[in-house]
Amino acid sequence: MRGLGLDEFYRRREGEAGLLKPQDAPIADFASLARVNDDGTCTLELMVAGLTCGACIWLVEQALAQEGDVLRARANLSTRRLSVTWRGEAARADALATLVARLGFRVAPFSPACLRASEDAEGRELIRALGIASFGAMNVMLVSAAVWAGSDMGEATRHLMHWLAALIALPTVAFAGLPLFRSAWRGLRAGQLNMDCAVSLGILATCAMSLSETFRNGEFTWFDGATALLALMLLGRVLDRAARQRARQAAAELLALQDGLVTVLGQAQPVPMERVQAGARILVASGERLRLDVVLEDAQALLDTSATTGESLPRAYASGDALAAGAVNMGAPFTARVTRAAADGSLAAMGRMLEQAEQARGRYTSLADRAARIYVPTAHLVALATFLGWWLLAGLSWQAALVPAVAALIITCPCGLAIAVPAVQVVASGALFRRGVLVASPTALERLASADHVVLDKTGTLTEGRPRLLPGARTEGDLREGASLAASSRHPLARALCRACPDSAPATGVREVPGEGMILGETRLGSARFVGAEDTAGLSLHLARPAVAPVAFRFADSLRADAAAAVQAFQRAGLSVELLSGDAPDVVARMAAEAGIMLHTASATPAAKAAHIAALQAQGRRVLMVGDGLNDAAALAGAHVSAAPAEGTDLAQAASDFVLMGGGLLPLAEAVERARLAQRVARQNIALAFGYNIIAMPVAVAGFATPLLAALVMATSSLVVIGNALRVGRR
Amino acid sequence: MDILIWLIPLALLLGALGLWAFIWAMRSGQYDDLDGAASRILFDDDLKKGD
Repeated sequence: MRGLGLDEFYRRREGEAGLLKPQDAPIADFASLARVNDDGTCTLELMVAGLTCGACIWLVEQALAQEGDVLRARANLSTRRLSVTWRGEAARADALATLVARLGFRVAPFSPACLRASEDAEGRELIRALGIASFGAMNVMLVSAAVWAGSDMGEATRHLMHWLAALIALPTVAFAGLPLFRSAWRGLRAGQLNMDCAVSLGILATCAMSLSETFRNGEFTWFDGATALLALMLLGRVLDRAARQRARQAAAELLALQDGLVTVLGQAQPVPMERVQAGARILVASGERLRLDVVLEDAQALLDTSATTGESLPRAYASGDALAAGAVNMGAPFTARVTRAAADGSLAAMGRMLEQAEQARGRYTSLADRAARIYVPTAHLVALATFLGWWLLAGLSWQAALVPAVAALIITCPCGLAIAVPAVQVVASGALFRRGVLVASPTALERLASADHVVLDKTGTLTEGRPRLLPGARTEGDLREGASLAASSRHPLARALCRACPDSAPATGVREVPGEGMILGETRLGSARFVGAEDTAGLSLHLARPAVAPVAFRFADSLRADAAAAVQAFQRAGLSVELLSGDAPDVVARMAAEAGIMLHTASATPAAKAAHIAALQAQGRRVLMVGDGLNDAAALAGAHVSAAPAEGTDLAQAASDFVLMGGGLLPLAEAVERARLAQRVARQNIALAFGYNIIAMPVAVAGFATPLLAALVMATSSLVVIGNALRVGRR
Repeated sequence: MDILIWLIPLALLLGALGLWAFIWAMRSGQYDDLDGAASRILFDDDLKKGD
């Protein structure tokens, strides 16, 4: 970082906040991912986690530009994508990736999941359609305003104006309306009359009626209404996407960081886990998460199975034991034989089960859909009655009768309705995003607002999910010495010790006995057996030095700092709270008491968890499930609404409606209140939009409506609805 | 009203110019990183290689 003009800043910062330490070195092999361009240069696409502000992208780009051979480095703050181009060997990729990692960012290959989230073709099409529809609407309005104002306009000039409007509006509708028409067609084929059907029909009918008026040289054409409505609908759609774009990207980013590379014996490079065949022998490093179902080949292994079973203490396995994917190696590196390829393994089976549960939840009808179900048939019946009334009863020609009928259709067309709910969603999702809650599914806020019961998982959700040093009889010097030895190990307990004493300098010359401990001369740090201390239960490390009694460092998984406050906040919001864990009863009871939870169930298997949720749902409870592990995934997918912490497993996040970025539970408890506010405002918005329609409809049916009136109604109802939605973001 | 023969095509031309500029900007990736673009204006570009 030298040479960027920041030396003075970092000298001061290091003085205040202790030493800045780089993150772990990247594990992936980047050289093979570099793309060789036609002109002999190489390009590497990386996902850089932790890019949070303009200064981050400046730092990354400048640091890379300092390298003599780098031609171009460009970081994208929205998609966290870094693209580096350099002249020379592809092998430089590792060095460049390490350089970024040394600055303190975590890097991962830019995976297909990231690509899907950022190269969002549908979103681009929507924005392009919005641009074209806005252009069309404004230019048609230019012509229409002349007709409205020009009461002294000659017949021939008016006819010219009508043709001009048609010339602009028809191609606009034909092109920019495509996303809308496609969605309407999908709805029709599924046998549903959705909002898009109503709007598509309204726009097409208006265009047809206006074209017939153009031929007849009638007093007004309604092309401006049709194009403005189209532009507003597309705006609603773009807003709706934008609300979830960040969530999708953050989720893809997390998945990229977890993307599994497996060390297969006999292969020089790590292999992506999908390509590992059954029967392959793999090496599982200390602290690595097992990605495949395997049989242990080494004599013994110590694994943390909290993600699959919820147990908080690691378990020892012997040679020949079957190990399920999802466990974390807490001991020495071990070799194991893969029993099933990833596609047939237990993780994939769970993924399939999740999909089924997702489909069941996909049948949830959102508020906007329910409103559309009432609105669409009513509006169409009124329009039809108007047409028949003017044609058959009042004796107008069918072309003339079409005018008030279509006017009724376009005036009641729910432009306010179209953006009533998306506007609220955008504002609410944005407010939640700033508080670290990502909204991952379109109806998540509605379902959260109606939840009445919370089921919490223990390990990793209510608790930190990683060991933390407990206070004990030791001096500051003991801790410092222990941490300096622990600094060179990847073992979770050694890491926890380092976290407890972050400013200790790593000792040099430390030798690690895998799974046992560290040796530096006569000093030893490790398991009780390794240092010769009396054996004690629980998670502990022992520091033994010559002529000094051994010191024990004890660890435990502690409650999250905001757990008790979050439980209270849930209860204040009127939700009952329950703890559901796979861990032992005494631990669960203690944690429940600490967090202030009355209801608790221990030793629940994944199937029991899902069954418990299903039973609650059958009683009519609307369950908010919060969990992080593979063992929670089925329960998460089955619940009314679900949330997972960002550091949880990828499957748990895939099954959840909300992802908690900050790691705390309190933002979720507060999100309940905000979701309820959002629901209230969405209902008000729908009522407001309906209110406008109820006033405007009789005017249109009676044949007094003009395109000017339609434009005014459309604009004011949209503005009122947007203004109302902005209230959700306050506080 | 003969002036309309000039003014209306002119108005449409100007509008089309705006639309073309928008589509060009979108194609060339200027809407890809709205968050980053906001702070790029603050960057110095006088740092030379190997300082």
